[in-house]
Amino acid sequence: MPSLDDLRKRIASVKSTQKITKAMKMVAAAKLRKAQEMAEKGRPYSDKMNVIIQNLSKAINDPLNAPRLLVGTGEDKNHLCVVMTADRGLCGGFNTNIVKLAKNYFNKILKESKNLKIITVGTKGFDQLKRDYGKYIIKKINFKDKKKLSFQDAESIGNEIVKLFKNKEFDKCVIFFNKFKNVMTQIPQVQQVIPAKKGEQPKEEQNSFYEFEPEEEEILEDLLPKNISTQIYKGFLENSASEQGSRMTAMDNATRNAGDLVEKLTINYNRSRQAAITKELIEIISGAESL
Amino acid sequence: MSENYNIDIISPEEVLLSDKVNSVTIPSFEGEMTILSDHIPLITFLRPGIIKISGDKEVKYFVEEGTVEFSENKLIILSSNVINVDNLSKEKISKMIEEAKNQLEKESLDDKKRYIISHKVDCLSGINL
Repeated sequence: MPSLDDLRKRIASVKSTQKITKAMKMVAAAKLRKAQEMAEKGRPYSDKMNVIIQNLSKAINDPLNAPRLLVGTGEDKNHLCVVMTADRGLCGGFNTNIVKLAKNYFNKILKESKNLKIITVGTKGFDQLKRDYGKYIIKKINFKDKKKLSFQDAESIGNEIVKLFKNKEFDKCVIFFNKFKNVMTQIPQVQQVIPAKKGEQPKEEQNSFYEFEPEEEEILEDLLPKNISTQIYKGFLENSASEQGSRMTAMDNATRNAGDLVEKLTINYNRSRQAAITKELIEIISGAESL
Repeated sequence: MSENYNIDIISPEEVLLSDKVNSVTIPSFEGEMTILSDHIPLITFLRPGIIKISGDKEVKYFVEEGTVEFSENKLIILSSNVINVDNLSKEKISKMIEEAKNQLEKESLDDKKRYIISHKVDCLSGINL
C-alpha cells in the first residue's frame, strides 16, 4: 500500500503529463488543419499530371522507342524503395505502420533474390530500418530543420531518383507513404513511380486526338521526371497530414488515459486518507473509553 | 468575339487561377501560341515566358516551365513556377536576370538548357512595370 504522500506525488505527475499530451494534441490539431488544406490543394496538380501522362502514353504506339521512365527497363531485378516517414515520434502507429508495410515488401523482394536499395526520408524510418536493413540503405534524407516542405525539396529527391535510374542503378521504384483518409484513419500505401505505366488497362477509348508540340517522346522526356517529383511531393503532403492526424488521435487517447488514471488514483488517495482518519478516531475513542 | 472557355492554372501548392477566358497566349516550347476556344486537343510544354490571359480583364503570369493540356475547351496549365506579373518588382526581376546570367556562364550547360535560360533572360528584361 503506497503512502498518502506517494499517491499525491503520482497524481501530480500524471496530471502534468496530461497537460503535455493535451498541449500536443492542440498543436497537432492546429497543424493538421494546415496540412490537410495543403494536401487538398496539392491534389489537383498530381491528378491532372496523371491524366496528361495517361493521354500521352496512349499516343505512343511503339513501346521500343518510349522513354525508359515510362515503360521501364524491361527487367525486374533491382528495386529501389523510398520509405517516407516522419522526423518526430509520439504519433501513434504512424511510423510503425509504414515501416511494417515496407518490411513486408522488402522480405518479399529478398525472398525472390532480387536486389534491394532503400532511400529513407525522415529520421524515424531510418531508425527503425537500420537494424535489419542497414546494409541496403543507400541514402537517408531528413528535413528535420525545415518547418514547411516545399516542392523544391520533393524535386531534389525526384532528381536524385531520376539520376540513379539513368545510371541504371535500379529497374523499379516504389514509394511508401501514409495516405490521409481522415483524422482517425491513415492507410499506409505502396505506389510504383518507375516505370510510370502500370500494365495494360483497357479503358474506354477517348476520342481525343491530341496535337503534340514538340513530339510525344520529347514531352514525355520532360514530363516524367516532373511526375516523379510530383508523386513524391504528394507523398509528402499526405504524409504530413497523416502524421498530424495520427498524433492528434494518439495524444487524445493519452490525455483520456491520463484522466482515467488520475481518477483512479484520486479515489485510492481519498480512500486511504479516510482510512487513516478513521483509524485515528478509533484510537482516540478507544483511548477515551479506557479511562 | 469568340466564345469563352475554362482555364486552370495549377501549381503543386494550389490552384492559382480558375476562370473563364477568351484567349490565352502561352510561351510554348517551340514558340508563342494563342489558344482560342474550340482549339484542337493539344499537349505541349512551356519555356520561360509570359502567359497572357484575356478575359474580362487582362492578366499576365510569368512562368519558367510547365505543361499545358487543352481538350474539350478546357485549358490546364501545370507549372511549379508561376508568378503573377503584378507581384513582381524591379528588384526581383533584376535579381532573377542576374541569377540566370550566372547560370549561362557555366560551361557545362547543354544547348537546350542554354536556349531555355537565354529565353528567360530575354523575357525578364522585356517586362515593363
